[in-house]
Amino acid sequence: MNEAKIEIKNLHKAFGRKIVLDGIDLNINKGESLVVIGGSGTGKSVLIKCIQGLLVPDEGSILVDGEEVVGIDEKEKERLHSKMGMLFQGGALFDSLSVWENVAFDLLENRGMNKKDAKSEAVRVLRSVGLAPDVADLSPSELSGGMQKRVGLARAIASRPEIIFFDEPTTGLDPIMADVINDLIIESVKGLGASALTITHDMASARKIADRIAMLYKGKIIWQGTVKEMDKTDNPYVCQFIKGSAQGPIKVEV
Amino acid sequence: MISTSIINFLRNQGRPLVKFFSSLGEFSLFVAQSVYNSLTPPFYGRNLLRQIIDMGFYSLPVVGLTTIFAGMVIALQSYSGFMRYGAEGAVAEVVLISVTRELAPVLSALMVAGRIGAAMAAEIGTMRVTEQIDALTTLSTNPFKYLVAPRVWAGLIVMPLLVMLGDIIGIFGGYVVGVYKLGFNPANYVNSTLQNLQTIDITTGLAKAFVFGFIISIMGCYNGYKSKGGAQGVGAATTNAVVSASILILIFNYIITELFFSK
Repeated sequence: MNEAKIEIKNLHKAFGRKIVLDGIDLNINKGESLVVIGGSGTGKSVLIKCIQGLLVPDEGSILVDGEEVVGIDEKEKERLHSKMGMLFQGGALFDSLSVWENVAFDLLENRGMNKKDAKSEAVRVLRSVGLAPDVADLSPSELSGGMQKRVGLARAIASRPEIIFFDEPTTGLDPIMADVINDLIIESVKGLGASALTITHDMASARKIADRIAMLYKGKIIWQGTVKEMDKTDNPYVCQFIKGSAQGPIKVEV
Repeated sequence: MISTSIINFLRNQGRPLVKFFSSLGEFSLFVAQSVYNSLTPPFYGRNLLRQIIDMGFYSLPVVGLTTIFAGMVIALQSYSGFMRYGAEGAVAEVVLISVTRELAPVLSALMVAGRIGAAMAAEIGTMRVTEQIDALTTLSTNPFKYLVAPRVWAGLIVMPLLVMLGDIIGIFGGYVVGVYKLGFNPANYVNSTLQNLQTIDITTGLAKAFVFGFIISIMGCYNGYKSKGGAQGVGAATTNAVVSASILILIFNYIITELFFSK
């Protein structure tokens, strides 16, 4: 019955007086790709960091596979993270390591794989995101933005996670490269049978990769549904966001 | 009216105080976490080796130059000072004591703090603002074990070695000035150095080096780890790492000296 991979209940988080998350209720089902949309600074990244245990929420509960995440200790956190992969907005590749060492990081450092196997595994994963084997020995700083995203994606999926987070995967890329990354995301998520949580404000990307879309506004989930439902909805917030119009109920706070 | 102004006054006084204690608490937690994670597996040997080479091997020229000139200037100064009392013969002993107890540990530590403390803060700070530290965590790797522990261990291992070398080079600097400039007999100078050599001079210097190494690494890591706000934040972290480490080195230098020699 309970198919939820991640269950978020009544999640609150504030920084000082600034309330960022104000009672989030959200489920992500097994094998589902959920996209959370919302303007800049609405707390999308905070939501992901709470699920990963990088930030401790003030109130509420997060269940991953039915196990509570809020308030767990370091050991359990490491076990939790071994189920998760994440593609960071800026790539967050380790610049002191080569591309293949980045991709094989978890295999090398935590799973005790030997160098030769880890490298051939890294090259295989790199190929699956469309990068040639000779990229493996380069340093991340030698790569273009799009290639860094691909390496970031390769690192996120290398240890075959059950849950993958994507933090604005297409931001800063040209539309064609963005679409290539979208395809890669769909391929790798479906290939692994993983659940995915993406946060973005790129609607083209959201439409393409989402099974379901949820909109975050003022710390609450104000709407959720499929892409088809989104196009039919008369929710004024969602309509304004989809159209990208300055006029509407959402006021840009300066 | 009066009550609101009193409240405002207290509020203005209280805010920095609360801030001070909260950052002190944050720092203490950081140190505790660093120590705990330095002592528990897993250990990242490759990172430790890299830190030892960066901190130790590449600091050799700096430490060598600093201590040789320190030894030379002490020989020159003490000679001209002691001439007033006809005590020129004590030059070798003064060089020995001041280099081993004070100059080699303190000057080397200050130089290494400037060189390595800054580099640690800049590297870890950049990793923080580019989310590389979060990335470590999501790859099931504890950043304290991967980043902080190797630096702490490197500081503890490398600083005493550097200071030991600095002792030798500093004394040699004193010897060079004593023999070639001040006209001491080489054999007498060496003899007088060896006769006055006491274990406590060396051990206190090394004890200091040990503590200074810890201070340099912890301040570098802490300031880098807590940095925020892009390039400017990393710049501030670098400055803070060097300044705070240098001040702590001088304070602890006094405290350790008092512990050993106040009796």
